[in-house]
Amino acid sequence: MTGRVLVGGAAALVLLFLVSPMLAILPLSFSDSEILRLPPEGWSLRWYERLFTSDRWLLAARNSVVVAVATTLLGTVLGTLAALGLHFGRIPGRGAILALLAMPVVTPSVVTAAALFLAYSPLGLTGTMAGLVLGHTIISVPFVVLAVLASLRGFDATLLRAAASLGATPAQAFRRVVLPLIAPGVAAGAVFAFATSFDEFILTLFLAGPGQFTLPRQIYAAVRDVWDPTICAAAVVLFLASMLLLLASEAARRRGGGLG
Amino acid sequence: MSAPLVRFRGVAKSYDGRAQAVAPLDLEVAEGEFLTLLGPSGSGKTTTLMMLAGFEEPSAGEILLDGRVMNRVPPHRRGIGVVFQNYALFPHMTVAQNLAFPLEMRRMPRAERDARIARALAMVRLAGMAERKPAQLSGGQQQRVALARALIFSPRLVLMDEPLGALDRQLREQLQLEIKALHAELGVTILYVTHDQGEALTMSDRIAVFHQGRIEQIGPPRELYDRPATAFVAGFLGENNLLPATVLGADSGVLRCRLSGGAEVLATGDATPGEALLVLRPERIALDGSGANRVPGTVTDAIFLGDQTRLRVALAGGQAVTVKQPHREGERMPAPGDAVTLCFPPEAARILPPQRT
Repeated sequence: MTGRVLVGGAAALVLLFLVSPMLAILPLSFSDSEILRLPPEGWSLRWYERLFTSDRWLLAARNSVVVAVATTLLGTVLGTLAALGLHFGRIPGRGAILALLAMPVVTPSVVTAAALFLAYSPLGLTGTMAGLVLGHTIISVPFVVLAVLASLRGFDATLLRAAASLGATPAQAFRRVVLPLIAPGVAAGAVFAFATSFDEFILTLFLAGPGQFTLPRQIYAAVRDVWDPTICAAAVVLFLASMLLLLASEAARRRGGGLG
Repeated sequence: MSAPLVRFRGVAKSYDGRAQAVAPLDLEVAEGEFLTLLGPSGSGKTTTLMMLAGFEEPSAGEILLDGRVMNRVPPHRRGIGVVFQNYALFPHMTVAQNLAFPLEMRRMPRAERDARIARALAMVRLAGMAERKPAQLSGGQQQRVALARALIFSPRLVLMDEPLGALDRQLREQLQLEIKALHAELGVTILYVTHDQGEALTMSDRIAVFHQGRIEQIGPPRELYDRPATAFVAGFLGENNLLPATVLGADSGVLRCRLSGGAEVLATGDATPGEALLVLRPERIALDGSGANRVPGTVTDAIFLGDQTRLRVALAGGQAVTVKQPHREGERMPAPGDAVTLCFPPEAARILPPQRT
């Protein structure tokens, strides 16, 4: 009995440790003073107001969303196609290709960032939106591939033969039979891709041009260069957005039922 | 006879370039026929079916459908209905949507589509199930939907790959009769693959027995049952006694043979004097009746099976023969240790030529 209490207590302490930064920043974001102190001396929404009215912050948010949406589209299409090929194709060296695709997950971001910086320079891609989207896509694709491959494992290939025998072209069979059945995996992959891009910092620091502030980069600048308490409000908004994404991917996973 | 609907010309399939899954095969299927490909697993029957459906590519030879070479035609343009063992219903679609799928692929107008779906559901006795998902149906109901889906676009040819293999015996027998009735009603040509010889005998116009990538024998069920051409067919279709024998000579169509135990019997078949195999159905043997052949033996085992009793009888020289005796109330069956005389007419004892290797 005491053992169970001890384990429960330890688990609660670990959880507290993990969420305490968020718990601290939540009241700070409602402070009415430039000087952050816990507990705040007075309450206001001024930092939220600044977050949603300042050109700097709005531009950063817009950039973040544009890059994340583009990355999600590109990464989901490429990742899903790669997963389909790896699953259905008779490809020699399948394991090696999969390992290569998963490389960006285990490679330290700073290595990927430095490599991309060097590779982009002669191509003129540094400091461009396209370059940023490509970089984010490289690190998002593995999540899509793995999520889609997992949902394909539950897919019965006889259904493709059935569809063909009933007159469906390969494209029709994909759209009407494969895609609906692996949709939860594709959706989960898309959410991962979006989340990966949305809070990506290191690649952005290396690759983005002077005008291309994303939210994480803007937060960093607000702490490093000019002390701006708006970061507390931004952090809370980012946190809520992440929570929504997590719930969305969980919902996608559950809707998949047997698959995924 | 009109031109065959399906024709295999020297069709072979090898997966690795050496071992042949299907040896060069010639086969014709007539319009409206129910042909069963029967054989143990790995005998090439399913590969043959899958090549016709277009899911496997022949390594050699030509497959013709209605006179057209099919080799380069993709499966979705062959217009052949296929029923799979695991049903292969689309799990995210309702029964009605599954049935609508082939009609939508053919851009059929909605009104006609709906009418066809209603008719197809009535045909397989599933009216009222249109809005169910496959997971909400029993195995038998799912296979009925799969049947309806393969027939709804009125293909001339339907392939069935062990469609009843996953069902229990009672349901299987019921669906055998339903499929047979559908075949008679629609006049569609059916190529049916099974390893169940009872199923093949029940349903087929003709049976092709596959063994090691070759057709051992093809013909109507009765012909295969009564006059098997090879020891494999004799042993695979129903139960049989296969007894090594020596052909001594022929006398006006009847062969004189000696069993390895020494007993001389009269038999029928095509054989030249020498070593051969005598095939004798257990149910064609009577005990102590009359007949041209009377072979003495001793009962070693008797098993009562309800409608019949199965006896194992040892002949002189140790050969064991299985005998089936129909059950008649009050009749005393021999017990182990009893001496009996096996009686059978010459036409029940078939001589097979020496086995090719």
